[in-house]
Amino acid sequence: MTHYPENQSRSALIPVLHMAQSDFGGWLSVPVMDYVASVLNLLPIQVYEVASFYSMFNLKPVGNYMIEVCRTSSCWLCGAEDIMAHLENKLGIKVGQTTADGMFTLKAVECLGSCGTAPMMQVGADYYENLTIEKVDFIMEELKKENKYSRYC
Amino acid sequence: MSEKILLALDHIEGIASLPVYAQHGGYAVLKKGLSDIPAQQVVEEVKISGLRGRGGAGFPTGLKWSFLAKPEGVPRYLVCNADESEPGTFKDRYLMERNPHLLIEGMIISSYGLGANTAYIYIRGEYFYIARILEQAIKEAYAEGYLGKNILNSGFDLNLHVHVGAGAYICGEETALLESLEGKRGNPRIKPPFPAVQGLYNCPTVVNNVETLAAVVPILDKGGAAYAAVGIGKSTGTKLISASGHINRPGVYEIELGVPVEEFIYSDEYCGGMRNGKKLKAVVAGGSSVPILPADLILKTAEGAPRLMSYESLAEGGFQTGTMMGSGGFIVMDEDTSIVKNLYTFARFYHHESCGQCSPCREGTGWMERILHKILDGHGTIMDIDLLWDIQKNIDGKTICPLGEAAAWPVASAIRHFRSEFEEYVLNPHLIEDVKHYYRLQTI
Ligand SMILES: Cc1cc2nc3c(=O)[nH]c(=O)nc-3n(C[C@H](O)[C@H](O)[C@H](O)COP(=O)(O)O)c2cc1C
Ligand code: FES
Repeated sequence: MTHYPENQSRSALIPVLHMAQSDFGGWLSVPVMDYVASVLNLLPIQVYEVASFYSMFNLKPVGNYMIEVCRTSSCWLCGAEDIMAHLENKLGIKVGQTTADGMFTLKAVECLGSCGTAPMMQVGADYYENLTIEKVDFIMEELKKENKYSRYC
Repeated sequence: MSEKILLALDHIEGIASLPVYAQHGGYAVLKKGLSDIPAQQVVEEVKISGLRGRGGAGFPTGLKWSFLAKPEGVPRYLVCNADESEPGTFKDRYLMERNPHLLIEGMIISSYGLGANTAYIYIRGEYFYIARILEQAIKEAYAEGYLGKNILNSGFDLNLHVHVGAGAYICGEETALLESLEGKRGNPRIKPPFPAVQGLYNCPTVVNNVETLAAVVPILDKGGAAYAAVGIGKSTGTKLISASGHINRPGVYEIELGVPVEEFIYSDEYCGGMRNGKKLKAVVAGGSSVPILPADLILKTAEGAPRLMSYESLAEGGFQTGTMMGSGGFIVMDEDTSIVKNLYTFARFYHHESCGQCSPCREGTGWMERILHKILDGHGTIMDIDLLWDIQKNIDGKTICPLGEAAAWPVASAIRHFRSEFEEYVLNPHLIEDVKHYYRLQTI
């Protein structure tokens, strides 16, 4: 809040939403957004319209681990489709779905700036690059073992 | 071996920490004494250097700075654009991750030159770990007295903050970025007024790319003329190129502007040639927004001259046979690549990222994505190709911000140079395998 001039606390909205999402299970429910609005002295709609605009904010519940696979050009050229297919098979879900145990949500995202180390996926805050099927298997095993909530902030 | 200016130190162990950076000549300009250099001279040196914005548009930085309004008693802001979301671009990430102090030093010098006492780095939310690296580096700079009040007794104050976005390509557009920084949706503003007059919180603001601001350090250190001596013609200095796709050595390369494209692709100093010995089919030379060119036109201009990695040479031939430098996102495709499908990934991207303010872009990007999907699905007709052409033409130039053009140009250029491939899909749908695979229409 101290980063912004007086009377400009609205500027803190996106950083505060990140914190809220991270603290409340990886997604933003209406009560959480209303709470953010009250903290920043904003109208609820000012919070909803921002939360719905940005792709990193989830307005529905997600799994403990959010697996985001890049699907844009460079990653596609380097085999992102195979990675996605493998993850779908392995998890038994389709893109956009969450596993029944609530552990993983699979999401396709646009270029994350790893095009030179494609294909790639992000889990929480972590980048996993130069993916191969074997590497994905290894990462998934590790995540299952850790079984903790993937905070990104 | 071309001279390294921005990446001269990136291989040094621990360069992200202030002591190591300072040991290798970092913060030299500050230590020489900021107050000995008149602020106007900073702007002059940048003008002399011929530096052009590295965010994509290539606008001369010194000139942009000279437009900054300076009304009495109104604060000015410098904002670093670290949104880096143009597909194929990852150079800013590399620079900030390896050598954060270079950006911070560049921002201190630039803020001094512009008379800004508050500066922000707006970084895309997905680069969260880099925001942490920057915050750590900023903390070190405060502790050394390079930031804060009365920097090294120069009488100049500067506060520098990192602000993370939350996933929106449009927030790379400078006015959308400012909206976002104010805590709003990233809807671009109508210009004028330009940010130099009414930017952040309605105050005069300069927005520059990470690489642009980093380049200010060598320019002030060695002089604008020394920087201008590197490069070719009006493309002065060096440029970071993000190379990806079907090449042997993808990565970030600092090139002296003017290196032949052929050398860039095939020499071991850069991309190291095509992967698996395949033939080159096409290149998107400056990030997803710039026109795609087939192999013959990217290696040589229509006149047969070697094409160079410079603003002018890449643009030679206009939209008919040329392309643009853009952000320097260099995506290479081999002979087995489906241009139509690659285009589909772009079209879907722009549809996903359109802010929705302007109807031609909001509706047109969706139409283009759906038609391309239809063609890939084996249900396209020849008329669909013409329809695509019409739609892109109806977006181009009809929107508030250039995202419209960015969505239109890839479509126009793909049809212009590879029309026969689109026809192949339409006429022989039974030849299309695996298209129903993973590319679905719904965005999640
Ligand atoms: C849709 C769109 C996305 C953009 N994304 C970026 C970006 O990610 N990074 C960037 O530096 N400039 C981006 N730009 C360009 C900025 O609007 C602006 O020109 C640039 O930040 C100015 O800095 P420069 O003069 O140093 O290049 C984008 C422009 C548009 C229209
Ligand atoms: S295309 Fe996947 S990270 Fe850029």
